[in-house]
Amino acid sequence: MSRPSLAVWKFASCDGCQLSLLSAEDELLTLAEEVHIAHFLEATREVAPGPYDVSLVEGSITTPADAERIRHVRSISGTLITIGACATAGGIQALRNLADVEAYASLVYGHPEYISTLAESTSIAQHVPVDFELRGCPVEVPQLLEVVSALLAGRKPVTPPHAVCLECKLRGAVCVMVANGTPCLGPITQAGCGARCPAFNRGCYGCFGPMETPNTASLSDHLHDELGICDDDLARLLRTFNADAPEFRAEARRRESIAAARGEDAT
Amino acid sequence: MAAPGVIAPSGLGSLIALLRDEGYRVVGPTVRDGVVVHDDLAGVDDLPVGWQDRQGPGTYRLERRDDEALFATAVGPHGPKRELFPPRQHLWEAVSDGDAVFHVVEPPAPDERIAFLGVRPCELAAIGVQDRVLLDGLAADRVYAAHREQVLLIAAECHQPAGTCFCASMGTGPGVVDNDGSVPVARADLAITELLEGEHRLLLRAGSEEGSRLLDAIDHRAATAEDHAARDASLAAATEQMGRHLDVEDVHDLLMGNLSHPRWDEVASRCLACTNCTMVCPTCFCTNVEDTTDLSGERASRDRRWDSCFTIEFSHAGPTSVRTSTRARYRQWLTHKLATWIDQFDTSGCVGCGRCITWCPVGIDLTEEVAAIRASDGRKSTS
Ligand code: SF4
Ligand code: SF4
Ligand code: SF4
Repeated sequence: MSRPSLAVWKFASCDGCQLSLLSAEDELLTLAEEVHIAHFLEATREVAPGPYDVSLVEGSITTPADAERIRHVRSISGTLITIGACATAGGIQALRNLADVEAYASLVYGHPEYISTLAESTSIAQHVPVDFELRGCPVEVPQLLEVVSALLAGRKPVTPPHAVCLECKLRGAVCVMVANGTPCLGPITQAGCGARCPAFNRGCYGCFGPMETPNTASLSDHLHDELGICDDDLARLLRTFNADAPEFRAEARRRESIAAARGEDAT
Repeated sequence: MAAPGVIAPSGLGSLIALLRDEGYRVVGPTVRDGVVVHDDLAGVDDLPVGWQDRQGPGTYRLERRDDEALFATAVGPHGPKRELFPPRQHLWEAVSDGDAVFHVVEPPAPDERIAFLGVRPCELAAIGVQDRVLLDGLAADRVYAAHREQVLLIAAECHQPAGTCFCASMGTGPGVVDNDGSVPVARADLAITELLEGEHRLLLRAGSEEGSRLLDAIDHRAATAEDHAARDASLAAATEQMGRHLDVEDVHDLLMGNLSHPRWDEVASRCLACTNCTMVCPTCFCTNVEDTTDLSGERASRDRRWDSCFTIEFSHAGPTSVRTSTRARYRQWLTHKLATWIDQFDTSGCVGCGRCITWCPVGIDLTEEVAAIRASDGRKSTS
């Protein structure tokens, strides 16, 4: 069997997820032996023509041109895997979905008329069928290698969708919420990072997006009622790298409407 | 067997030194990140000297005491389960010799001798429960057995239970319980009772030949009738101070007769399915097996890690999960702990350590859940 060809594509993103692949230094040579890296502009200008057996797609769709380009990428790809929070949930740039993009553009650019952009930043799966979504902001190198290894072996990748809390306990970290009252998104966030932040005494920021069955309302009520986090701060906490993930988005909206209702009551 | 003896708190240092000289890794309670965890002890100073814990649903704080008590904290998030039944266990790997012939390589059997010091009575009971599950029968586990064989258990009885403790309800504490067969209790090689009234001292009682040998090897005086009376008083006071209570009367039939109780919906609205309760529970033994291959396809590994009845994947059977709702998963957890565990293993799966209450991020309290179901027992209204 000939080596499968691999292409890496960039859409609206910071390049961090592609760089994760390059930073897998120990495995990079093996990877280059097992797959033919045919299209990876971050690594080399040399491009082999498609179609490609496997495409790794980084970034979200924010322009009409990219909405077209992703359809082309899909059409020349065998297996399409999205990597990272941008490709999977619209990324931090999905904060624009809550705002008036034209107003932003006129503030930022001298000639906003040159800017051709969509009103929303959306995930790849909202445009084309996706075979596998790898979470994280950025993705974790071991998980990325695991997904590629699984694909090569024709097996299911081991990327469990349970909460960060499980990993937190596996590594023996002390729960920052219980022991310090520090707000933590671990219970509603998918594992994958190895509970890095709680292990360093910080609450989870939610980089991996919603876990399999996120009870966002229960956690945010607890953070509000017991730990004294105000509604605006809760909405902000949920609106970082995965602001447009449906469960986080809905809970942030709920907090805002609670705050709004309370504001009206107060007057 | 050596007669009970009494030592000064500093005398424990000689015991720790002796064990370390004999090649034991001494593991016990120590303060880290604001809580009492289980870790290596090099001397008495590594114990939580002068600390006390305030535990409640979803909260844990340490506070200073005005004495130098060594064992005034109850259980923390960790326990001997971390060593006896490790969170991650590499089982074996298959390595290709280059000609598509695979050789199976197993890791060497664990040969670490661990002396657990300051093991609480509820922990002895929990080890007893895990022994029953993992030493023989269907789920017999050679990794557990290999760890368990080499372990020395030095217990510390509780004079200061935490706000989430209810060992008295479960018959597992606050003193070391004799193994009379009613609850499976691991035997302590040595049991320490810290006595704070009057002169601060430790009463040591041997429970095995090994414990007896250790007691003989360290400087001590013979225990008097006053020492034993002080122990009785301390344990009676601790029983009075239990932070929580669980009415276990008929609890098996109560839960199994209320599988459609509305309380399951109510608790499911709060439960995060985060798995913390099962991770900290000293009797939970569920694992998942992860099979991976490397990039080259020349090495395949099988690893085991703790899993939980709160994850969807854990109840995957055939094409889908058989317990998709959090209601079904919480109910599975509680009914297994307190009811069907009895059917399976002839013992409760709960020893009353209170960890699942403290370490639940939203403070769900199983004693409260059982009480709520008992208060509106569906069997009564339909019968
Ligand atoms: S620190 Fe966060 S991730 Fe860890 S157990 Fe607590 S809530 Fe879960
Ligand atoms: S169910 Fe809770 S109280 Fe009972 S043994 Fe497990 S962690 Fe301890
Ligand atoms: S009972 Fe608490 S600790 Fe257990 S899964 Fe539910 S929220 Fe998590």
